[in-house]
Amino acid sequence: MALMKVKFDMKKRVKLAQGLWLMYWLAVMAGVLVFSMGLFFKIELRKRSEMMDNKESHFVPNLLILAGLVACGINTFGGKICYDSLDATKFAKWKPLLKPFLVGCLLFNVLLFFTAFLCFTMRLALQFTLAEGLKNSMKYYKDTDTPGRCFMKRTLDLTQIEFRCCGNNNYKDWFEIQWISNRYLDFSSKEVKDRISSNVDGQYLMDGVPFSCCNPSSPRPCIQYQVTNNSAHYSYDHHTEELNIWKRGCKEALLSYYGGMMNTIGMLVLLVNVLEVAVMVGLQYVNTALSTLVNPEDPESESEGWLLEKTVKETFTDLMEKMKSLGKGNQVEGGGEEQVVTTVS
Amino acid sequence: MALMKVKFDLKKRVKLAQGLWLMYWLAVMAGILVFSMGLFFKIELRKRSEMMDNNESHFVPNLLILVGLMACGVNAFGGKICHDSLVPAKFAKWQPMLKFFLGGCVLFNALLFFTALLCFTMRIALQFTLAEGLKNSMKYYKDTDTPGRCFMKRTLDLTQIEFRCCGNNNYRDWFEIQWISNRYLDFSSSEVRDRVMSNVEGKYLVEGVPFSCCNPSSPRPCIQYQLTNNSAHYSYDHHTEELNIWMHGCKEALLSYYGGMMNTIGAMVLLVTILEVGVMVGLQYLRTSLETLANPDEPENESEGWLLEKSFKETIAEFMEKVKSLGKGAQVEAGEDGQEQAVATVS
Repeated sequence: MALMKVKFDMKKRVKLAQGLWLMYWLAVMAGVLVFSMGLFFKIELRKRSEMMDNKESHFVPNLLILAGLVACGINTFGGKICYDSLDATKFAKWKPLLKPFLVGCLLFNVLLFFTAFLCFTMRLALQFTLAEGLKNSMKYYKDTDTPGRCFMKRTLDLTQIEFRCCGNNNYKDWFEIQWISNRYLDFSSKEVKDRISSNVDGQYLMDGVPFSCCNPSSPRPCIQYQVTNNSAHYSYDHHTEELNIWKRGCKEALLSYYGGMMNTIGMLVLLVNVLEVAVMVGLQYVNTALSTLVNPEDPESESEGWLLEKTVKETFTDLMEKMKSLGKGNQVEGGGEEQVVTTVS
Repeated sequence: MALMKVKFDLKKRVKLAQGLWLMYWLAVMAGILVFSMGLFFKIELRKRSEMMDNNESHFVPNLLILVGLMACGVNAFGGKICHDSLVPAKFAKWQPMLKFFLGGCVLFNALLFFTALLCFTMRIALQFTLAEGLKNSMKYYKDTDTPGRCFMKRTLDLTQIEFRCCGNNNYRDWFEIQWISNRYLDFSSSEVRDRVMSNVEGKYLVEGVPFSCCNPSSPRPCIQYQLTNNSAHYSYDHHTEELNIWMHGCKEALLSYYGGMMNTIGAMVLLVTILEVGVMVGLQYLRTSLETLANPDEPENESEGWLLEKSFKETIAEFMEKVKSLGKGAQVEAGEDGQEQAVATVS
């Protein structure tokens, strides 16, 4: 019993082929879209790879780029088949290829679904990468004279300005590391010597933040140093002051930025997946409709199209039988050869 | 003597009509481009109108928007004419209008050229507007509690961060105004009182700049206050220190940004003008070649097309005569009315 049988006459077949050709061109553009989204995502990850300690995994954007290219190729080929299907002689040369092509489409759709799923789950991996990377960024903030790290200060400053964040989890992270280089500290001064000797690691720690943590929306000039010392500034209470510096941590800010990007990309890939499944179903109908012409010589005759030749269960058991027979065939061949060899010798 | 005469057979006419139809559609897209450039320019001016004291003239972007819309209309109409020119019956209904349409195209091209010229010269007007506007912006920087000016601090901070500039001409402009609000000054402290009294106008002036002047590329944490006092900071010389704060003034930075934008827009409008002149010339050739068909019912005939019916001088002379005769005709009419009145009085 064929699955979802539909009767086709000449007019209906032509309409199906034309509609499918149009959908295939839409699918090619969707493939280009997936490719460009993968490229954009890759570039965004590279731009901030310093924040992620150059350890971020590029697996998902690479997969998106590959899937986009494969989609373009498959859909162009499918469109060509649809275009030729209106002409019986041209279609005849494509006929033997169609069944393997449809199987390939099925595997590609599974890959696309897997890619969309990965986009949504990559957020977890990114969370750990960012936490580690930002901690190191802050540690190397002062090393503007160390080759390889001399631009960390600039990158972190620009990130804090752009994403409106301060520190890793919040601004207090800056109190726990020395972010002023020793080159700019006057070690003959009593104040500096006191601070360093009061610290176990000999670091110059202070309750201050870099200028990039300052919030432009604050009504008063930015208070960067002695942030927790209310008496150091006129009419200032650091518990109630909310507009002075950014309250958010950069880990949260970057995560929400990348998370939003990945959710959007995952959604779009799912939609492309739905389109690909639809064109695959359409091509199967075209294939079966043209194969079952009542009178092969007369293109105007009626025909039937279906999704699967037998029911899902029967098709599945058929497939299992085929695979078993392939396995048995190899075994039989192996056994026969050995027997022949032993008999001869 | 016709100017730039060209012989046309049917094949050549059809090719001309088809090519011209394609060029007209390109010109429609060019019109959309001009429209969107005008819109973009207008939005950019509005975004920073606070820096220009809300006094900036929107004449140029408005003109660009208008010209873009007109270009779309004129070119769509021209394309329709070209499409119909291949069928003599359809072309016959357009024929009487064509001369006026081409006259209108000439005027439109002159307007387009004028717009491009304006784009290049608007820079001068912008220079004065920016100088005045930025000076006032800095003056109102501290007024974060005055309604209508409470966002000036934020706007100016974001501008200095984005355009990498400090102050009007340079960072010293901040030394001459009070940019810290009185609400945050402790008037019981002797330091504050000394500073305020030492100033003629009672302003609290410091040798410091806001945090938005800080340069992230500086290897050391930003030095905002006591900028010219070398002894206040360890290993610091304000004469040689170049990376600490931004050295450019915001007037220069904004001017170069808008200047670049206007130069690009002006150049593109010039290119669009050239395209429009091209399609106008093509339409003139098409019109004349279809009008001079020896036998209108036989479309396979040869015909001639030209740019101007007579030489350039003669066309100008004719045009002047026409204008004069129109003027004389108006006078004569008025004279006739006068005569009638005289007749009435006589009778």
